[in-house]
Amino acid sequence: MLRLKNIYKTFNKGSINEKQALSGLDLDLKRGDFATIVGSNGAGKSTLFNAIAGSFYVDRGLIELDGEDITFMREHERAKMLGYLFQDPMKGTAPHMTIEENLAIAYLRVSTGKYQIFTRVSKKDKEMFKEHLSLLNMGLEDRMNHPVGLLSGGQRQALTLLMATLVTPKLLLLDEHTAALDPATAAKVLELTKSIVKERNITCLMVTHNMNQALELGNRTLMMDCGRIVFDVFREERSHMKVSDLLEKFSLNAGKNLDDDRVLLSVDQKKN
Amino acid sequence: MFITPAIIQTALEVGLIYSLVALSLYLSFSILNLCDLSTDGCYTLGCAVGAITTMAGHPILAIPLAMIAGVCSGFITAFLQTRLNVESILAGIIVNTGLYTINLFVMGLSSNISIFGVDTVFSLFKGISDSPFWTEWHKLILLFIIVLISCLSMAFFLGTRLGLSIRATGDNEAMVKSSSINTAGTITVGLCVANSFTALAGCLIGQYNKSCDINLGTGMVTIALASLVIGETIFGRYSVKKGIVGVVCGSCLYRFIVAMALRLNVPTEAFKLVSAIIIAVAIAAPRCKEYFLLQKAKTEAKKAHEAENKALGRAK
Repeated sequence: MLRLKNIYKTFNKGSINEKQALSGLDLDLKRGDFATIVGSNGAGKSTLFNAIAGSFYVDRGLIELDGEDITFMREHERAKMLGYLFQDPMKGTAPHMTIEENLAIAYLRVSTGKYQIFTRVSKKDKEMFKEHLSLLNMGLEDRMNHPVGLLSGGQRQALTLLMATLVTPKLLLLDEHTAALDPATAAKVLELTKSIVKERNITCLMVTHNMNQALELGNRTLMMDCGRIVFDVFREERSHMKVSDLLEKFSLNAGKNLDDDRVLLSVDQKKN
Repeated sequence: MFITPAIIQTALEVGLIYSLVALSLYLSFSILNLCDLSTDGCYTLGCAVGAITTMAGHPILAIPLAMIAGVCSGFITAFLQTRLNVESILAGIIVNTGLYTINLFVMGLSSNISIFGVDTVFSLFKGISDSPFWTEWHKLILLFIIVLISCLSMAFFLGTRLGLSIRATGDNEAMVKSSSINTAGTITVGLCVANSFTALAGCLIGQYNKSCDINLGTGMVTIALASLVIGETIFGRYSVKKGIVGVVCGSCLYRFIVAMALRLNVPTEAFKLVSAIIIAVAIAAPRCKEYFLLQKAKTEAKKAHEAENKALGRAK
């Protein structure tokens, strides 16, 4: 489904701030794969997502989505095939517009016919939005005309998830989308994510700092370091793995210990 | 009498024309969250194009032609911003500067033209009836119709899918991009529509005053912003319908305040200063209101605290 071949990206080339964010990254995701990505800060996880989403063009390499070469496709054109959730719940929705209007914008992915941009949101669309909202179980379907800015972070993130999957994307990118929420809300949003991804068999990439999550969620775990994938595990090998094995594998493959407070904290928490 | 009907009438007429400029800024400033400083030049451009066409004997054709001129000006501003990455304020200033020369060329290299003695949309509209009522009020009625149509079409436009995308562009650009909408496109369309309204206002003021001056638009952007802020203060800012009604009312109110200031025998030399003060007060009003409410809450909290202490002291 998604194929990345020998991707290179360097920021601020030629200056003292030069930073090679991706160096020779290879990745091949099959249809229906749900892969989690772990790695220390600055390993290139977010850069990888932005490269796929098209915030910038890569210096070298090839990006293919569903057999189509999208290396130089523009950001808004790729967005038709992608769903992207950020860590910041404020980033994915327009605060001064109503829930209904936000959903209508997400639904534009399929309705950009020649004259359709001059039409208004139809009753049928509204019913459809309502139906989807009621699946979230948050009572949002009765607040369709409220500005999104009035919702809590968790509600906004759930709405963003709904918007990203309203039109089933070919690839869903989740960049630590539950990290900024309180534990109870995070669990709920994660539950929703799992059910939506499973139900529609969406190919999915998810960044996480939680090592347990990295092994429990999905069917594949990737580890990144210095702009490359240093470790890739799936099927039986993965099901027998514990967090300590994962950390060991990392130091073996990357030639150093994983030095990220948040990752290690999440490990400690589980031990206690 | 301090306020005569004639004063109210003139204030409403001019207020309605200016409300079109305020409507344009509502789209570019409030909704798209951009500073389009080409308003001054675009207003004069609309007036110049309208005046020339009216002089040639086509007062009605003048309106669409002026609007097209406005669209062109908006397109250039948008092109500089979205394709060449010029800062939004800077793009407006650049276009504004360039428009000065263009306006001079449109006006045949003279800084002032007069269109007395030819038909205007107002004189054509007056010709419908001979009754004294009609002669008195025809300008206001025509302007009211034009502004009503403009407001309705703006409200309709902002409700369409394209309009929603434009609103979202000003609200959260990252989200719009990830919803597969080209923000360069929405900004371009938004600025073109906004500037067409500015030029329409210019065209109408030219036919209303039967003249066009190269410096007509100076300070227009501040006046329109004042109208916008007055409207937002009174009507709130989050709903589109309220926003549009607020813009029109704010503009008429602003004209009314200016008319009152004139009645107070303010010398014409001091007029610019007076308008600047009115604008500053209008923009500062919400902040002042907030401040007074906070002070009130503070004194009340203090009082309640003192009363509580007293009660405790007595209990001891």
